[in-house]
Amino acid sequence: MAVVAQTAEARERKDIANRWLLSAPALFIVFIAAIGPLFIVLAYSFLAPGPYGDVKWEFSLGGWTSVLFQRDIFDETLSLADAHLSIFWRSVKLSLMTTVVTLIVGFPTAYFIATRRERDRDIWLFLITIPFWTNLLIRTFAVLEIIRNEGIVNNILIGVGLVERPVQMLFTDFAIMLGMVYVYLPLMVLPLYASMEKLDFRLVEAGYDLYATRINVLRRIIFPLVKPGVVAGSILVFIPSLGAYVTPSILGGGKNLMIGNLIELQFGQGRNWPLGAALSITLMLIVMITLLVYVRNASGGAERHHG
Amino acid sequence: MAVPADKAAIEARGVSKLFGSGEHQVAALDDVFVSVRENEFFTLLGPSGCGKTTLLRLIAGFDFPDSGEILLHGNDIAPLPPYKRPVNTVFQSYALFPHMTVAQNIAFGLEMLGQPKGEVRARVAAMLKLVRMEKLAERRTSQISGGQQQRVALARALAPQPKVLLLDEPLSALDYKLRKEMQIELKRLQGETGITFIFVTHDQEEALAMSDRIAVMSGGRILQIGSPWEIYDRPAERFVADFIGETNFLTGEVKSVEGESATVVLASGAGIDATYPVGTQPSGRVTVVIRPEHAQAVQPGAGLLSGTVSNVVYLGTDTHIHVALDDGAHFVVRQQNARSGPCGHETGDKIGIAVSPGVAQILKD
Repeated sequence: MAVVAQTAEARERKDIANRWLLSAPALFIVFIAAIGPLFIVLAYSFLAPGPYGDVKWEFSLGGWTSVLFQRDIFDETLSLADAHLSIFWRSVKLSLMTTVVTLIVGFPTAYFIATRRERDRDIWLFLITIPFWTNLLIRTFAVLEIIRNEGIVNNILIGVGLVERPVQMLFTDFAIMLGMVYVYLPLMVLPLYASMEKLDFRLVEAGYDLYATRINVLRRIIFPLVKPGVVAGSILVFIPSLGAYVTPSILGGGKNLMIGNLIELQFGQGRNWPLGAALSITLMLIVMITLLVYVRNASGGAERHHG
Repeated sequence: MAVPADKAAIEARGVSKLFGSGEHQVAALDDVFVSVRENEFFTLLGPSGCGKTTLLRLIAGFDFPDSGEILLHGNDIAPLPPYKRPVNTVFQSYALFPHMTVAQNIAFGLEMLGQPKGEVRARVAAMLKLVRMEKLAERRTSQISGGQQQRVALARALAPQPKVLLLDEPLSALDYKLRKEMQIELKRLQGETGITFIFVTHDQEEALAMSDRIAVMSGGRILQIGSPWEIYDRPAERFVADFIGETNFLTGEVKSVEGESATVVLASGAGIDATYPVGTQPSGRVTVVIRPEHAQAVQPGAGLLSGTVSNVVYLGTDTHIHVALDDGAHFVVRQQNARSGPCGHETGDKIGIAVSPGVAQILKD
């Protein structure tokens, strides 16, 4: 008996070893593409900046200090880096607003698609994904074309007589948010649709039958049931918004920076790679903390419902 | 609320509902008139696609009729959305809210009506007691059995004390024994709550066992409305006779009509007195129906009909004796197995068939 068990165990162990070997290519790619570079970024953040970019191989906390503080050129005293803080704040604020607006716009869109006939749904989903085919840069310039001072919107507003002079929309936070909403909307609609498609619409009828008005059916039945889609969509929109680079640099006009632009600045004109690396890690930390808080709240709410 | 006895709980007047468009348009309901009395256990019975569920959905407000009126205690409710109708539904799939507990499900309707928290809690407790689910109040709906889900669905629909409770084939998902239990349970609940029940089913046995009155539906029309025994013993149309229970169809010629019964000469030459549907005047060639249990196997030569036994089917409680009549027609006699052992007739035997008085019914066609 013991011998049989032993050989069986040995075989199993060999099986597992074989499986490790089989997944080796995937593990290799994960390491090369994700974990390895991350360590390089982490290492660079603790080095000193080289005079022409790059890094000097000596330990320094300068990069990390510069994330939050700035050193006075004359007396070398540290003070809070207001510019950085305001950029962090703008990034978080605009990303949250983008997430909320895409949710408000995407929810009815996904509901609309999910309630179409089965063969029509594919057409609508196809239409939703069409913008993905176009280059991000071109889509962003399209938004610029629409909202600039001589653009369509302002021409219409002046033509109708609502305003006398063009409304300054371009190069504002609003422009950045609008651009991000436009670009990331499909990332909200698709996961929302995926969970709405699974929604049993007989539950909606049951809600109406039990005296729930439309708003109560939405609040008490549909929303709790599609919450996984809301969570997934919000994460998918929030993360790239926070690190957005193209949209704020074009629609923000270079003066309304977000974290992505700040990082680019350090690796480019700023020639401060350690600060850039530290900022990158900071961005990741902000994302992780936000996600932890968000997911805990979202699932906590669900748990309370589930009793 | 005092309601005059003659005022129907629910009344449909010339209700029609069309589905599809153009050439593919079909009438799910075709000019339906029906009146359901207060405190009645009323059943809509018919095969799938007969329009019974459509009628229920119109009463609930999930669909709107293309023409006609639906009255609740005399008031037209056709234009009202479902959440403004004092009518609740027990769905075929139960449609319990999966993100709520049993108690939260039952409380939902009361909360939506804006009842105070204390009252909601008391009412939920009372409903849990009514359906004997007190111990499972805090369970998720996915953690209870099908029969228990059924009870929760009932409690949830009864909690807001609707004027009318609609039940859409609520027992079809349950196994045989549980179904029998729930039939009795439903009858008890209807008696205890005094609420008008409109019950939809395709199961004739269920309909006969539970209903005060039954409406038999086919092809979007109501063919006959009556008490279970009227529907069973006095079917007006071939479809009703055929759909409910088993029956024998015999053809004959009407000889004379006296009061509520007519004398019909059957193909074999034998004469039989038969009742006929109210409002018709039988004449000429007619179809007469006789239920298998209303006939008895007797000695050859005796009785009304004669033939040869073609098959004997033993069913435990009864035996079905299939007989090829001398005129070529087919007839089934159901004989109760009052004692053990074979029934005493064998394939190929000559046999006579006696028919109890007053059981033959003439059909409309």
